[in-house]
Amino acid sequence: MELRIDNLSLKLRGRDVLRDISARFTPGKITVILGPNGAGKSSLLSCLTGLQRQQHGRITLAGASIFDLPAALRARHIGLLAQKADIHWDIDVRALIALGRLPHHGRWGRSAADEAAIDAAMAHTDCTALAGRRAQQLSGGEQARVLLARALAGQPDWLLADEPLANFDPVHQLDVMSCLRAVADGGMGIVLVLHDLTQAARIADQIIILDKGEVAASGSVSEVLTPELLARIFSIRVHVGTAACGMPIITPMARAA
Amino acid sequence: MTASQLRIMLLLVLASAILLSLMAGRHWIPFHQWLGGDLPSLVIMQLRLPRAVVGVLVGASLGMAGAAMQGYLRNPLADPGLFGISSSAALGAVISLYFGYAVSALLLPMFALLGAGCGMAMLSILAGRSGSLTLFTLSGVILSSLTGALTSLLISLAPTPFASSEIVTWLMGALVDRSWEDARLALPLTGIGMAALLWAGRSLDALTLGEATARSLGINMRHLQYLMLAGVGLTVGSSVAIAGIIGFVGLVVPHLVRPLVGSQPSALLIPSALAGAVLVVLADSLVRILPSVSEVRLGIAMAVLGTPFFLALLFNMRREIA
Repeated sequence: MELRIDNLSLKLRGRDVLRDISARFTPGKITVILGPNGAGKSSLLSCLTGLQRQQHGRITLAGASIFDLPAALRARHIGLLAQKADIHWDIDVRALIALGRLPHHGRWGRSAADEAAIDAAMAHTDCTALAGRRAQQLSGGEQARVLLARALAGQPDWLLADEPLANFDPVHQLDVMSCLRAVADGGMGIVLVLHDLTQAARIADQIIILDKGEVAASGSVSEVLTPELLARIFSIRVHVGTAACGMPIITPMARAA
Repeated sequence: MTASQLRIMLLLVLASAILLSLMAGRHWIPFHQWLGGDLPSLVIMQLRLPRAVVGVLVGASLGMAGAAMQGYLRNPLADPGLFGISSSAALGAVISLYFGYAVSALLLPMFALLGAGCGMAMLSILAGRSGSLTLFTLSGVILSSLTGALTSLLISLAPTPFASSEIVTWLMGALVDRSWEDARLALPLTGIGMAALLWAGRSLDALTLGEATARSLGINMRHLQYLMLAGVGLTVGSSVAIAGIIGFVGLVVPHLVRPLVGSQPSALLIPSALAGAVLVVLADSLVRILPSVSEVRLGIAMAVLGTPFFLALLFNMRREIA
C-alpha cells in the first residue's frame, strides 16, 4: 500500500513547522529524510504515524486518509521506532518485544502467529541470545536492538524510524542496515530519519531533504547528495567519494563560506 | 514462580490473614470457640468478619490503584493519593462530620463518595480532553491541595473541640466498628473500579515504551485517562468512604510485588490487590491486639510500619549509588 503526503502543513504555537510538503513513499523501498536540526524531520515522522493531528493537508495510505482509520488498525499498518529509547520498567526482553504485537492480539493473550512474529523479529535483530534477560540491564546498543525487534514484531506495512542507527557500534550499524534492507526486500516500506550522510547514501533508495519545514530536494542518492546542494542546505563543504568496494562516502570537511 | 502460582500463594496467605484477624482482638477467640455459644459467633459474624471484609476491600483497592498509578505515571513512587481523589473523599466525609450529618451510619460514607465523585468530575474538567499526563497530574495536585486546605479550614472552624477532634481522628483512618452495610456499599464500586483498572492494563504495558510509542501502538491516551479516573476514583473513593485515609499501602505494596511479577504493569495489578489486602488485614489485626488504652488508628500504624520499609529502600539506593 502506498503511503502518500499531499500539501501537508503543520503549525505549532504560531510557528510553521512544516510547509506544503508533498511526497510519495514506495512499499519495499527505503526512504531517508535528511535535514539540518530543526528542519521538521521528526515532526514529519509523527504526522506520518498519525500522532500529530493539528496538520493541514492529506496523508493517505492506499488512498484512504490515515486519520479515518481507528488507532488500533492504523497501528497494524504503520509502526514507529521513536528516537528516545524509553524503557520505563525492568521487564523481560521477550515481554518487551511482545509489546509490538499489542495492535494484533486481543485482550486474552497472544496467538501462535504472534509468538512466531516475535521469534522472527528477535532472529532478525540478533536478539535471540538476549531472551530471558531484563531490559534495563542491557547495554545501550542491546536495548536499541531490542526496541528495533519490538517495532519489527508488529509486522507493519510501514516502519517509520527516527535515528535508528544512533545507539549502535559500527558492527551493529552495519547489521541494522542490512536487517532494514532485508525487511524492505520482504515488502515493508521504510522511512528513516538520519543525520549521517554516508549512512544515508548507503541505505537510501530515495532521499528527501527538509530545510526550514519545506522539501528542499528529493530524488535518488546521486541526484540529491551533491556537494552544491549540501553546501546550500547544510552549510558544509563535503568530500563525496567512493570506497574501493563501490560504497559511497560523504565526509563533511568544513563550514561552507 | 509463575503468575498463577504467585496468585494462589497470595490467596492462601490472605485466607490465613483473615482467619487470624477473626481470632484477634481484645478477646482472643480461638477457632474451636467460633461456633460454641452465642456471644463468640455473634462477635465473629457481626463484628470481626465484616471488619475483615472491609479490610480486604480497602487493601485490595489501595494496592491495585497504587500499582495502576505507578504504571500510568511510570514512576515507582507514585501514590493513589496523588490525583486528589482521597483528599476529596475525605473532605466530603469531614463536611458530614462538621455539620453533624454523620448521625446515621451510612451518611458519612455517602458524603465521602459524593466528595470523590466531585473530585473526579473536577479532575476531568481541569485536565480537559487532551489525555495529557502532565495536565492530569497537575490537576490532581491542584485538587488535593485545595481539598486539603478546605479540610483544614473546617477543622479550624469546628463549632466544638469535640467536633474537631472527631474529624481529626476520623482522618487518621481505621476499620473500627465496620458493619456489613459498609462492605455492601463499597463492594460494587470497588468491583467496577478494579475492572476499569484491569481493562487499562495493556495500555499501561504499552506506556513502558513511552507515550509516543504507546500511541503509535494504537493506545488512546484519552480513553486511558478516563479508565484511570474511573478506576482510581472508584477504588480509592470507596476505600476512603469506609475506612478514612490509609497511607503507604498503595505506595509500598506494588514496590514489594514488582520484582515477583517481572515488573510488567498489567501483571502487577492483581498480585498488588491481593498483597494490599493481606497487609491491611494483618495490620488491622495487629492494632487490635496491641495493649493500649484505646485502639491505635490503622492509618497511624500503617505509617509507622511504612517507615522502616522506606529506610530499607533508602539504604538500598544509597548502596547502589555509592
